[in-house]
Amino acid sequence: MRLFNRTKQLESWIDELLNTVSEAGLVFCEAIKLYLGDGISERYDQRLQQVMQQESRGDELCRDIEQAIYRETLIPDSRQDVLQLLEALDDIINKFQEVLWYFSIETPDIPTELLGDYQELTEQSTEAVERLVLASRAFFRDPGAVNDHLHKVRFYESEADETVTRLRKRIFSTDLPLPNKIHLRFFAERIVWISDLAEDVAEQLVIYSIKRLV
Amino acid sequence: MDAGILIFLSSGIFLGWSLGANDAANVFGTAVATRMVRFTTAALVCGVFVALGAVFSGAGATHTLGALGSVNALPGAFMAALSAALTVYAMTHAGLPVSTSQAIVGAIVGWNLFSGFPTDLEALGKIAATWVACPLLAGFLGALVYRITAAVMRRTRIHLLRLDAYTRSGLILAGAFGSYSLGANNIGNVMGVFVEANPFSTFSVEGLFNFTGVQQLFLLGAVAIGVGVFTYSRRVMTTIGAGLMPLSPIGAWIVVIAHSLVLFLFASEGLEHLLASHGLPTIPLVPVSSSQAVVGAVVGIGLMKGGSDLQWRSLLGVASGWITTPVIACLVCFVCLFFLQNVFQQQVYRDSAYEISPAVLERLERQGVATTDLTALQGRRVAGVRAFRKLLAQTTELGPQNEREVISAARIASIELEPSRIEALDTAWLSPNQLDALRALSGRRFAHRWALAEALAAKSKAWRTRPDTIANKLYNRSIRRKLDYLYQHLGPATAPGSSR
Repeated sequence: MRLFNRTKQLESWIDELLNTVSEAGLVFCEAIKLYLGDGISERYDQRLQQVMQQESRGDELCRDIEQAIYRETLIPDSRQDVLQLLEALDDIINKFQEVLWYFSIETPDIPTELLGDYQELTEQSTEAVERLVLASRAFFRDPGAVNDHLHKVRFYESEADETVTRLRKRIFSTDLPLPNKIHLRFFAERIVWISDLAEDVAEQLVIYSIKRLV
Repeated sequence: MDAGILIFLSSGIFLGWSLGANDAANVFGTAVATRMVRFTTAALVCGVFVALGAVFSGAGATHTLGALGSVNALPGAFMAALSAALTVYAMTHAGLPVSTSQAIVGAIVGWNLFSGFPTDLEALGKIAATWVACPLLAGFLGALVYRITAAVMRRTRIHLLRLDAYTRSGLILAGAFGSYSLGANNIGNVMGVFVEANPFSTFSVEGLFNFTGVQQLFLLGAVAIGVGVFTYSRRVMTTIGAGLMPLSPIGAWIVVIAHSLVLFLFASEGLEHLLASHGLPTIPLVPVSSSQAVVGAVVGIGLMKGGSDLQWRSLLGVASGWITTPVIACLVCFVCLFFLQNVFQQQVYRDSAYEISPAVLERLERQGVATTDLTALQGRRVAGVRAFRKLLAQTTELGPQNEREVISAARIASIELEPSRIEALDTAWLSPNQLDALRALSGRRFAHRWALAEALAAKSKAWRTRPDTIANKLYNRSIRRKLDYLYQHLGPATAPGSSR
């Protein structure tokens, strides 16, 4: 009975971590939208604080789950896979926080004609993460359905790649000074890294889910 | 108990120990190696359930081994078990696939060859057929359980962690069932050869139930298996779990379930009774190889997954073991019996005198055996089965089945129904009608076992066997077991403390 109670608690921790990643994505998207509209504002700072709390909670959950799984010698055959997956998801929250900090500190000056591309890039990257979260949920409950979500992760990642390529071209075709162009490219690359990271985790998740099938 | 008897039983105890050390790994190997179940938990569950299976359900499969050859002297039984153990040890050491079941069958045939008693080819054929059927059935059940489990998992979408908890519980439950089946099916390998020469006698536990001699014998074997589990199986479990079966815990659970079902099917008298009572064909109760059942189940799962990961060499090893193991055990047993009898001066089998009397001829005619040539032997008494078989071969040409009928009918048993010996019988096991019939024959002597059976059948229908149909199989077996019990207790050369 103790084992089942412990399992229940761990299940809720894992669900909470997945929720945190998903919510961090939404907050990140909202924060970028705020920045593109008004630059650094009080509301932007609130969103940044929110992501920082989520990052901290994510770390805490990851640590607790890892300790519990090792202490109770649970899921011996998929322990490594689960812990790597959870750590990779936690890394994505870190990335959200990192990018928001960059915006907060470096306050890039984005020309109006490029705002739409940045917005689109952010939405595609966070959508890739959202699909990754759905795939991760499926990994725990229905490994056969993981692929249904993963192909969408790949789709949004490739959309984000196309957008960032287009954005780079548009940045370097403007009359802005070269340092500004490089600065703008830097931010576009930071945002697209999130979808790249989501795709890397997705590729690992394919292997994990194959191993999970009976 | 006499220390000498314990020495003779030591080979069975050794065989039990090696069975516990090796075969427990088939039940709990993967669970322990993957740390899903702690070794102490596995060993405790395995030890307890092996003992329960052996004591309460071990008789069925043992009976078939008895039909193959009744090793009727303790030194002979000692050597048969020791030969099987040595064969298993040597082949395991040489890295060859081996099964205790096949080794013990080879050893019994070796004893038959040495003692001159004919081997029941029908029983041997039945046993050999089950060796082939065992991995096939395990493969089928493995594939079936795999399909069902995969479908259930798809439908229920159980969380990975909850599935882990269920799998742990499932592995312990399946392990308990597997251990029970292992005890029930394989105790015949360990102690089956000692049943005829069983040194234990029945006693009543506080008047609540009778603890029969055979149950005591099986409990001793089960304790030996339990000691094997605790002292040596950990290493084997780790090897099996890590090396030979790269399965997920759920895959391991499927293998244990398939393996346990197969062993249970080949050991359960209850299931046989259920099938027989519905007029369905029954499954022969035969000790089968638990290792081969595991290989079969793994292959079944492998085929369901497409078959690309299968190691076909292991299957070849299983098939070669069907022939090499019994042949080697047979030769080892024959040679060792020779030394035991001629160097150590031990009686490795109890022989009888044989006589073709008019009554014997009459019985054989009733059984449909041609007796024209046998009349020439009328009145001649021959000592020893070997000499009698030689005489029969010189006189007439009998097939293996008829030869066994003639030997069985002509064997002189000299059974005397002394009132004191009748009262000393296990009266709780015999029905009142059966006891009345026995008492009615009190004081009479019978030259042959069958003569007693016929006299009892004439006195009461409680001693009559029914027509040989599937539905009557269990009833007839029960009558025959009781008759065997009477022969052992009322015959002239009763083994010390022999019992049913």
